[in-house]
Amino acid sequence: MAESEKLNRRQLLTVLLGSQFAHSVGCDMSKLPPVGELEHTSFDIGHLLRDGVKKAIRPDVHEDVGVTIVGGGIAGLAAAWRFKRAGFNDFVLAELERQPGGTARSGSRDGFKFPWGAHYIPVPMAENHALIELLSEMQVIQALTKGGQPQVSEEFLCREPEERVFSEGRWYEGLYPGHGASQEDLRQLAAFREEIDRWAEMRDASGRRMFAIPMATGSNDESVRKLDKLSMEQWLDERGWDSPRLRWLVDYSCRDDYGLSPDRVSAWAGVFYFAARIAGMGNESQEVITWPEGNGRVVDYLRGVGDDKIRTGLAVFRVKAGTNTESSQVAAFDTNTMKPIGFRSQQVVFAAPQMMAKYVIDGFSASGRDSTAFRYGSWLVANVHIKDRPEDSGFPMAWDNVIRESRSLGYVTATHQTGVDYGPTVLTWYYPFADVDAAITRKQMMNLKWADWADVVLSDLRRAHPDIDTLVTRVDVMCWGHAMIQPLPGFVWSPEREQASKPLGPIHFAGTDLSGVALLEEAFFHGVRAAEEILAVRGILDQPLVEIRND
Amino acid sequence: MLNRAPLFLLYLNVLAVATCGLIYELIAGTLASYLLGDSVTQFSLVIGVYLSALGVGAWFSQYLHQGLARTFIEVELALALVGGLSAPLLFVSFAFVQWFQLVLFGTVFVIGTLVGLELPLLMRILKEHLDFSDLVSRVLTFDYIGALLASLLFPVLLVPYLGLMRTSLVFGVLNALVGLWGTYLLRPLLTKRGLAGLRGRAFLVVGLLVVGIIKADTLTTWTEEIILGKAVVHAKQTRFQRIVVTNNRQGFQLYLNGHLQFNSVDEYRYHEALVHPAMMAAGTPKRVLVLGGGDGLAVREILKHDGVESVTLVDIDPGMTEIATQLPLVRDLNEDSLMDEKVTVINTDAFVWVGQEHEPFDAVVIDFPDPGSYSVGKLYTTFFYRRLRQIITADAVVSIQCTSPLVAGQSYWCILRTMEEAGFNVRPYCTAVPTFGVWGFALASPQGDLVVPMQLGKLEQELSFLNDSMLANLFELPRDIQPIETEINQLNNQVLVRYYDEEWRGRE
Repeated sequence: MAESEKLNRRQLLTVLLGSQFAHSVGCDMSKLPPVGELEHTSFDIGHLLRDGVKKAIRPDVHEDVGVTIVGGGIAGLAAAWRFKRAGFNDFVLAELERQPGGTARSGSRDGFKFPWGAHYIPVPMAENHALIELLSEMQVIQALTKGGQPQVSEEFLCREPEERVFSEGRWYEGLYPGHGASQEDLRQLAAFREEIDRWAEMRDASGRRMFAIPMATGSNDESVRKLDKLSMEQWLDERGWDSPRLRWLVDYSCRDDYGLSPDRVSAWAGVFYFAARIAGMGNESQEVITWPEGNGRVVDYLRGVGDDKIRTGLAVFRVKAGTNTESSQVAAFDTNTMKPIGFRSQQVVFAAPQMMAKYVIDGFSASGRDSTAFRYGSWLVANVHIKDRPEDSGFPMAWDNVIRESRSLGYVTATHQTGVDYGPTVLTWYYPFADVDAAITRKQMMNLKWADWADVVLSDLRRAHPDIDTLVTRVDVMCWGHAMIQPLPGFVWSPEREQASKPLGPIHFAGTDLSGVALLEEAFFHGVRAAEEILAVRGILDQPLVEIRND
Repeated sequence: MLNRAPLFLLYLNVLAVATCGLIYELIAGTLASYLLGDSVTQFSLVIGVYLSALGVGAWFSQYLHQGLARTFIEVELALALVGGLSAPLLFVSFAFVQWFQLVLFGTVFVIGTLVGLELPLLMRILKEHLDFSDLVSRVLTFDYIGALLASLLFPVLLVPYLGLMRTSLVFGVLNALVGLWGTYLLRPLLTKRGLAGLRGRAFLVVGLLVVGIIKADTLTTWTEEIILGKAVVHAKQTRFQRIVVTNNRQGFQLYLNGHLQFNSVDEYRYHEALVHPAMMAAGTPKRVLVLGGGDGLAVREILKHDGVESVTLVDIDPGMTEIATQLPLVRDLNEDSLMDEKVTVINTDAFVWVGQEHEPFDAVVIDFPDPGSYSVGKLYTTFFYRRLRQIITADAVVSIQCTSPLVAGQSYWCILRTMEEAGFNVRPYCTAVPTFGVWGFALASPQGDLVVPMQLGKLEQELSFLNDSMLANLFELPRDIQPIETEINQLNNQVLVRYYDEEWRGRE
């Protein structure tokens, strides 16, 4: 590794956390937490596969199975759930990592559960049948109202206080930094909300909401497609909304949901974030469902359902579509036995990221498809174990705790939903590489050690909690290399994205990236959709849970 | 002569003096920001006053001609005293001085003037022994190094580990030690007359400040006594709250985080009203649960019922139940109820505890603090009451204290509505507790027809407040306490905390 590829402490802190760290002491290892680990996603294996190791390996053991699901994130697990629900058991799911769940997975240690990635789901609206079905099965949704609106058990709705923001030395309630806001700030906030409400209320010619979750149930009308041509920043500029507080709120929301700053987020995605969660004019944003382990709860439930079919540690390196007379073939390297293994099946659910498709699927590029438009952002997630709560000034600890002056997203308190307000807990800290692609490359990121990351995490937390060093007992860090699809301007309504969901012969695609935004709901939708397409082909589709748009 | 003393010791002196000076300035700025808010203004003003006072001190130094060494030591001792005591002084004066800013800037000005005197004096003392350009460069260098040291130590070590009160006292001691040391270091320049007296005073100042460091906690208590207007007989900061017991001629009082929990003069009214209606309505309850109520006073009332076989008390704070079992004043009042063999004390968060499995209870007394924060508000939610239903018998009776229906009507009725929503049949009642005012309670039961008790029977002999007619009277609501519509308190809205905050704000 070249020396220049390693950032020193000051460079790292300045690049990630801001210029106030430009004068930080060169090496301050005395303040590192006692223990911790750094985990990467299977970066090496992924890149080996990409770089053509596959040609050398040829499996001599084959299994015959009806359907092979490639990828055990939410999309793959959803497909498995849908198959089981239809009574179809002739399938196998191959997952690269030791644990399924992708970016929704969670961890546990010392009696605490905590997320490693996605950690909440807004209460689904009536049109999201598949997800309502799942959450009802999980007994999270207790009943439906006459209008089909789900009623969620109190236990799973995020407990108040939900959010607080640290600004100018003190915590304030809520996410909008309202303290010291001017009349103009408040006017712009009201105008912004009104505009979002307008989008939430509007219906297209077919009676669809303009923005809905899953996005396939929303409108594809020209008026929403047009938004995709702008960045969220341009969209705000056009309306003359320059209030620093409003800008911050939008900036935070874009980084939170998409891992991008507003100048790089499609205005379609920016508006979607807000409008898709509002039922209509005069309604509050949908409440959120959460668990101590975040969306890991959904992963664990789905894993329980598909248990006997899930095979972990399988690095799929080749998918070859079959024909009428020949089976499709999936070749994988089994990292448990260090031997190659093959699956022959009638259909394949490709529930891995699109960026892998051209390396893994034979003839993918030749078929006229192009997945280069699918770009993924990196994230850093840390679980910070503390032996007691930090001292606070202002509003008390909430579920989501945001530091306004930081480029991190702050942290979520793992014990919040259990109702434990005192004593030890785990803080899950998030950092999206939203605007530092040029300053820190993925390679530099992967070269950093646990101590480097722990230092970044604690330096950030120290701004709001000067006593954090005396409380930390452990910091575990996860580096997500390709964590999230990026809804860059022009991508969401690009032909490449729209075409990507269509099957390629017997290969059916699933994954949240097919929607252009990273959401559990989207991943789940595509998994169920792909499974239903296959069930329909096999002539065993009972009652469909998702509607497939024909336009 | 003086040049026999190693010069670096003198520079060390400069370093210490400079560090102390800046620390006092930082303490004043931080304290002003804490107490008055608006840190930008406070720091600007403190720095401005301090710097100009430095100038005043320097200007004054020209009028001093004789006994420079002695004056220098006197200045050190004065600075040690004023600077060292500045944080305690400012804390206390904030509690009962109306023109706090005057005290604040006065203190900063005095400190600034004394610090301003220091350097010119020291330089004049040293000028005999050093080349002028060397002198200026070295003294100023060490002065600035001292400032750097102070500005680094203050946020990184001092405030987090010592706190403002102790930091101020510790640096006062350092300052006084410089003075004391000066009496040895500058011995050749001092006349013999009065030397012992000077040293004596230096020792006295060091001693005074050291006592201050040891007694820093007592100082905090003292401030509280001034604010509460009563003698503090016991004070302790637990992980959950600050518990203070005060005493005056009429009786004694217990405060949690500054909120009065009971006054020994009339607590019997509150606890008889809280406990006996539920106990009578439940028939002859055998297993009784108390949630909150770590003072043991509700348990005292429960134990007056013969049929009771066991009482389980769940209070989050071991510090509270320790007071109830160890502080004689409280033990006398609760008649050692928590020591009774029927009673089991469990120190854990009731929110978590009710979610576990327990043998069902026949009666429950809920005596939580008022819902003034989210961490208490969660104990008043439909979620909590539903969990509670899982651990009581089908005909169990629950009683609950629910703040003042007169002051906080929305809060009161919100609690009752929430219990109803959770499947309880609820009856409101209230009574007068002089130190609290009109206080609200409720009886609740999962059973359909909750019969309000009318007869105390032989229990009446053991009571100080209730009799049969009073018991029935509790349930007669006056015209100014009538049901109002409210929202239901749930974990995900915590409306009760908002109601409570609106209704009680500025009234306590």
